[in-house]
Amino acid sequence: MSTGMVTASTSTAGFTWPDDDLSRAPYRVYTDPGLYATEQERIFRGPTWSFLALECEIPKPGDYKTTYVGDAPVVVARARDGSIHAMVNRCAHKGALVCYKRHGNVREFICVYHNWTYDLAGNLTGIAFRKGVGGKGGLAADFQQERHGLKKLRVEIYRGLIFGTFSDETPPFAAYIGAELAANIDRVFPKPLRVLGYHSQILSNNWKLYAENNKDSYHASLLHVFHNTFGVVRPNMGGGVKISNNGWHHLSYTQRASLGDDEVGREKVRSLQEQYRLKDPRMMEHKLELGDNVTNAIQTVFPSLVVQQILNALAVRQIQPKGVDRTELVWTVLGFEDDDEEMKELRLKVNNLVGPAGLISMEDGCVGGWVQRAAKADPDATTVMPMGGRNVEASQGSRITEAAVRGFWKGWRECMGC
Amino acid sequence: MRLDSAPIDRDLALRLRVEDFYAEYAQTIDDDRLEDWPGLFTEHGTYRVTTRENLDSGLPLALIYCDGRSMMEDRISALRTANIYEPHVYCHSTSALRVLGTSGGEIRTRANFTVLRTMSEGDTAIFACGRYFDQLVEEDGRLRFRARLAVLDSRQVDTLLVIPI
Repeated sequence: MSTGMVTASTSTAGFTWPDDDLSRAPYRVYTDPGLYATEQERIFRGPTWSFLALECEIPKPGDYKTTYVGDAPVVVARARDGSIHAMVNRCAHKGALVCYKRHGNVREFICVYHNWTYDLAGNLTGIAFRKGVGGKGGLAADFQQERHGLKKLRVEIYRGLIFGTFSDETPPFAAYIGAELAANIDRVFPKPLRVLGYHSQILSNNWKLYAENNKDSYHASLLHVFHNTFGVVRPNMGGGVKISNNGWHHLSYTQRASLGDDEVGREKVRSLQEQYRLKDPRMMEHKLELGDNVTNAIQTVFPSLVVQQILNALAVRQIQPKGVDRTELVWTVLGFEDDDEEMKELRLKVNNLVGPAGLISMEDGCVGGWVQRAAKADPDATTVMPMGGRNVEASQGSRITEAAVRGFWKGWRECMGC
Repeated sequence: MRLDSAPIDRDLALRLRVEDFYAEYAQTIDDDRLEDWPGLFTEHGTYRVTTRENLDSGLPLALIYCDGRSMMEDRISALRTANIYEPHVYCHSTSALRVLGTSGGEIRTRANFTVLRTMSEGDTAIFACGRYFDQLVEEDGRLRFRARLAVLDSRQVDTLLVIPI
């Protein structure tokens, strides 16, 4: 039973990284509620950009969508002049959710609890019974309406992706991830997007285990054996890992070394082992569409966004922490506005490979939970991540490295101050 | 006046056949006879699992989209040989079955489903609930799905979805 005492933990509560080695993380980082609370302040409300929504999800004035930045509920809206705004979805009066639907279209935001009203940029525009009734009641004389809007986030749009930050110190988005990694977003989302659908996955693990998993190109061919079993044989499969200068963000990609004229277009698929041939390989067809020979590209934006190109399956994945040992992974699956029916059909088939039921990715849904279950017993023991060195160097030609995972921990420690 | 019972008898007979087929579908999965699952569909039959959110928004994405029996067979062989997951079993309950209509040899039906999932450590929990929208045809003297759409009420899948719904 609760004692009713609330401890606002905004420190790292005596936590220090065991030594200056990025290749070991104490299990406590996945299980300590105090660190989780500190992450909310120093990472999610700190100098980081969080993905909020896509421009194409709120095309018309008054359109809004709700989401989360860490634990904070956030609403993203398009105002009358077309500008996009993001606010904490919490009424300035009593703290109720102002929007309790996932999306919609409104003239203004009205909190249903006491009818406090906000414009689409989050400014407080109306208060019910502000002058009372019959000359009695009403607002306190010193109440300053202009100081009681919804809490606003800074917003930036990059290639149709809407980002928000609580901090004035966060650099502009392109500088935040660096030119080399921004180029991959340019590459994957070169033209107007269309949402093909949504799904989400509940992971019984700390959010960081999934964030790490995406940066861990070492595990891909080991845990996800669908590729090896039914795999695609492509000549000269190459690739590498790019890491931002500060280590926080990464891109892991595979590509075919060269393109012959006869290879442009649909690629035929065959299996490594004849007995494990796919009976219907249409879900592994790849129509080259991005102007290069990259087949897979997984990109992370610290702390909580994954940009995905797996063949023709494009998506953004948003990592939403839901407590120290629970995470919701929200997938927004994309195509382009100008896709024809054939292209749309191809994307829908290729999406069999990814998502909660994805043939090459479903294991990511359970493996984090296995770490979480095992980590709990021994918070001071550590993981060991020495693959590819001790630091955060990029890797050309090999994806057998944990450098990007170490980069994640570098970012985490810098934000957390420990 | 004497009511003609023939149409009622026909409807009832069809309903019992559909009910029995639904039970066969559920038990094929729940008894882990997954290799028999694709055979419950026609050769070019489709199987899709989507969410209420996608369906209501007119969004085409499915979590699972098998276009033809071969893709279903690929899903099952992947689950047996490649995919890694904690062992678990389902218990399907199907209810509120309705035969919506028949035309051109096709029977349109719908029903509700609930799937309880029991993990190897013993936890049993509601894994999914929602609605089936189906098109059935008779082939070789038995019913088969020409199309089965399973619509999950929730957008959230706990951990992963590997065994068909």
